Order: sequence, then C-alpha cells, then structure tokens
Amino acid sequence: MNWLALRMLTGDRSKYLSLILSITFATLLMSQQVSIFMGIVTRSASQIIDVRDADIWVMDNKVRYIDEAPYLPSNELQRVRGVPGVEWAVRFHKSNMTARLPDGNFRNLVVLGVDDATLVGSPREMVLGELSSLSKPNAVFIDKAGYEYMWPNQPFKIGQEFQLNERRVVLEGICKASAPFTTLPIIYTRFTEIEQCLPSNRNVMNYILVKPVAGRDPLEVCKAIEGQTDLMALTQDGFFWRTIDYFMSSTGIPINFGITITLGFIVGAAVAGQTFYLFTLENLKQFGALKAMGVTNVRLIGMILLQAGVVSGIGYGLGMGVTAIFFTFTNRIAPMAGIHLTTVAASGVGFAVLVIILLTSVFSLRKVLFLEPAVVFRG
Amino acid sequence: MSVASKSGPVQSVRSSELAVQCRQIVKEFGVGETKTVALRGVDLDVLPGQMTLLVGQSGCGKTTLISIIAGLLNATSGSLSVLGEDLINMSGSNLVRFRQKNIGFVFQQYNLLPTLNAVENAAVPLIIAGQPRRQAFEAAKRILTLVGLGSRMHLLPNQLSGGQQQRVAIARALVHEPRLLVCDEPTAALDAHSGQTVMELLRQVALQPDRAVIVVTHDNRVFNFGDTIIHMDDGVVSKVEVPDRNSNRSSESMH
Repeated sequence: MNWLALRMLTGDRSKYLSLILSITFATLLMSQQVSIFMGIVTRSASQIIDVRDADIWVMDNKVRYIDEAPYLPSNELQRVRGVPGVEWAVRFHKSNMTARLPDGNFRNLVVLGVDDATLVGSPREMVLGELSSLSKPNAVFIDKAGYEYMWPNQPFKIGQEFQLNERRVVLEGICKASAPFTTLPIIYTRFTEIEQCLPSNRNVMNYILVKPVAGRDPLEVCKAIEGQTDLMALTQDGFFWRTIDYFMSSTGIPINFGITITLGFIVGAAVAGQTFYLFTLENLKQFGALKAMGVTNVRLIGMILLQAGVVSGIGYGLGMGVTAIFFTFTNRIAPMAGIHLTTVAASGVGFAVLVIILLTSVFSLRKVLFLEPAVVFRG
Repeated sequence: MSVASKSGPVQSVRSSELAVQCRQIVKEFGVGETKTVALRGVDLDVLPGQMTLLVGQSGCGKTTLISIIAGLLNATSGSLSVLGEDLINMSGSNLVRFRQKNIGFVFQQYNLLPTLNAVENAAVPLIIAGQPRRQAFEAAKRILTLVGLGSRMHLLPNQLSGGQQQRVAIARALVHEPRLLVCDEPTAALDAHSGQTVMELLRQVALQPDRAVIVVTHDNRVFNFGDTIIHMDDGVVSKVEVPDRNSNRSSESMH
C-alpha cells in the first residue's frame, strides 16, 4: 500500500512539485528568519561571549544590558577582590567612541579596554599581529570586519594610525571577534590607554571581571559579591541572558521577526494545505474505489500520512539545504558575519513543518474518512 | 432455465446455493421531512454462473440496491445474504474484508488510478490483499492478456480509449477471482460497439460456474446479454424477465 500511496503522489508531477516547493519555501523562510533573528539577538551579547577567561561580570546593580553600564569608582575593584571566593578580579571598559581617520573621515567604534597586566578580556584569536603587541604604547587591535569597514578594499596591514578622542593610536593587530549588534568595528586596547583617551572622566571602569576560586560555585560567589558590595554580579551565562532578555522585551526585533516567521508558517501551511487538499479532492473517487475494494480507513490514514510525510521530508530537506547555502554565501558579507543556520532553528522549523503537514493532512483525512465508498457508484 | 417466479425471487434453487438473496430490503435516506425512501421492500435472488441485469429508469433504486448488495451501504431493514454471509449483521471491519476477498467492482467511470499503468491498476486488489507486487503484476498481466490488452498493458489510463479503460477495470475486478462481480453501468460511457465488446467480454471472461455477475444498466442494447433481467421501478422489483437465450424468447413475471 505504501507503493500505491507513493505512486499516487508522484504520478501527478505538477502537484507533487507544488507540494514540495511550498514546504521548501516555508522551511527556507522560517529557518532563514529564525537564524537571522537568533544571530542578531546573540550579537547583542557577543562581547560577553567573547570574554572567556572570566566567569563572573560585576557591574552597577541597575544595569539592564551590556551597552548600558555606568562607570564604577575604582575602589569597587578592591572591594570585589576582598570577597571570599574571588580568585582574581580585573577592570574592564566598554564604550562607544568615534575614530578620526587620517583622511578626515570618522567612524563610530565599540571600544573595549582590558586590564593592562593580565590582558583579561583581550581577543582569543589573531588574524594579523601578536597578542603581546597590545602592551605597546598607543596600541589598539581591531576586529577583521571592522578593518574592512574602516579601510575598505585594503589588504590587512598593521601600523596604521588614527585618533581616538584626539589621541593618536596605532593599529598593532587584527583579530577575530564576534560581530556586535550594531556591526561597528571593535577596538581592543589597554585600560590605561582608555584613561588617556578619556582624561576628563573620573572613572572609566564599567565592569569588573572575576574568576572564582577553583571548585567554588560561580553563583555562590556572585551572591557573596552582591552581599558584600552594592554591585550586581552575574555569571557569564546570566549576563548573556539578561542582555538578550532586554533586547527581546524592549525592542521591536522579536515582533518584526515574529511576524515574518509567522507569515512563513501561514503561507507555507496555506499553500501546502490547499495543494494537498486539492490533491486529495481530485483523488477522492480513487480513494472511494479503494475503499470499495476493501482498503480500511486505517490504511487510508497511513497512505495519506505517508504522502504528507514524504512531501514534508523532501521539502524540509530542500529548504534546509537552500538555507545552508544562503548562509554559506552571506557569511562572507560583514553585516551577515556570524549568522548561520542553528540547530535550534533547524529543529524548531522541523517541528513547524510537522505541524503544517499534520494540519494539512487533517483536512484531507477528514474528507477521505467520511467518504462513503458507495460514492463510486454515482457517475 | 426456469428460475423466475411471480414474486421475483428464485424458487427452484435452494437458498444456500444462491449468490445473493434479498428479502424486503428497505433503504431510507434522511430523517423527518427530508426522508427519502429509495428501496421499498426489494426481494431479489441472484444465481451463481449467471449474468443478472438490473434495469430501470434513473432514480428507481438500482444503484442503491447494488451498493447494499456490494456491502457499501447499509439497508434500513430487511435481510440480505451474499455468498452465504449475512451482510446486514456483519461488522464494519468484517464487511471490508468480505468485499476485499469476494467482490469485484466495475464502475461506470472506470475509476482507474490515473498515475498507474494498466498492469499496476489491474494488480491493485491483489496489492490491497497483501500479495507481493511481483506476483500481483504477473497475475494482472495474465488477466489483461485475457481481456485483450496484452499489447497495451504498460500504458496509462489516459493513453487508452474508453473501451480499453473499461477492459482494464474488468481485469482489475477479476484479478483476485471474486465470487461476485458488481458492474455499475459498464457501457454507459462507451459507444455502442465498445459497449457490446465489453458485455461480450464480461460473459466470456467473468462468468464462471461459481461466480455471479450483476450488471446495473439502462442500456437496452445490452439486455440480450443477461440470463435474468430484473426491472426496477420506484424502489421495488417490478418485473423479472428470463430471456430464452437460445430462442430469443423470454418468460416474464410481474411483481
């Protein structure tokens, strides 16, 4: 009977292809939008993920997300260092500045200032230059995408100069970094360089990065820090999700993407549903004849579910393939860097396709199950 | 061949030997004001080894009766024995199995699966019965050769003429060797010549000593093929006619 179901399905090639294409389109639209959404939202917290040598972030207790942290007095660093369970604690700076290029152009930047002595929070992977070069006077690193943005169509080269708040800095390295939410270049420099760039600021430390003592639960250490200071301490994971939650609840991103994803689902379900329903309607006499010849309802359900399963399987596979190809090519473009097809998107869309096909099948099944086999005798 | 009586049913044959025995079959559709009575107490006997024609005007209840006999529709009341089985009290699943095993269908519009070729279409009842595809195709080829489609068995229905499609349908109806063949207007969609050919084929191939053939038709050009002609009018059997196939004379009884 499986053979019969598949022959009925594949025999009408135009409908068969329409069904597959509708599922492919729905899969492509949903998986692409879910992946871009996840990529963009993750970008909002990418600087948190990039710091891998500290487990705890300490900040003002009113901070809602990474881009909105007021500077802390420098004595807070000593207070945190004095909390039991803290192995070490270092200062960290994050802000936005404007770079003035030699040709007079300027670019906005994300600036990260790392601890001079330990370089905790510095990039993990260099594209050009050595990590130790960050210790040189006026040294800055820039991320790869940022270099292409600042000096388009130029080969990677170190030694380039520009100004940060009218202070000369020298590019000593090009590194890899996760793309930020705003796709601005990311500049790494030492904390003392930041102090030079922002001389009028009394404080320039907005985060304290903490490593708990080995064997200590980071959550307990966070509680201890919060108990002894008036600051907020979050694990890396906690701060990541706090930032994501802010973007999810305070921006239009989830609504906009949600609308597109929902439309993809509705369009996919409508087109696939209508085509499959028409396919069933056109074969209703044949289903009636099969019923008359002794095919049970259970076997008819099996046949229709098999047809639906095959169409959705092929459509889903093709849709995922096209999405993967899409991201393979777009990953080379700076604004799309780091956005890729995720497992969550693939499985979530897989579930959505399953729902589409089940909804689609229900209408067709309803028609077939309530079909009187005697209908075959009505000319 | 004196098998018809005044009351319609066969009298000289023991009921256990009948292929079909209907007694006071009533069928009503709808309820209340919309209630329609399609059959008003039909008595009917069908002998194995014979072709029984069920004839009458449109709306007289032929199709309803044949649907009940074939186990596709439940009667409102009455008793029905088909091939010795009480169909009225048979459960739904048993009825499906009964149809699968014992009844072959030939439809007015052929109802061939458009995506299957002649062999595959003819093999469908065997595949439904769970026979391996290869064996089913071999059996289908044999029966297609028998109905004269040996050279066209790999063509799709839309590549065959109406008469050829009906032959495929006959092959499909016979491939699993059912003991009752039910044909609904098998010549209605065909020209006169093709209709005659199909009826000849039904007599030659379908008729077996242990197989009964019931043909619903209002095509009086094919009446001469029947061993018994049962006339229906307004939901009852109005006349049973037993043509003398050798002398072109017929005996009649009014109901």
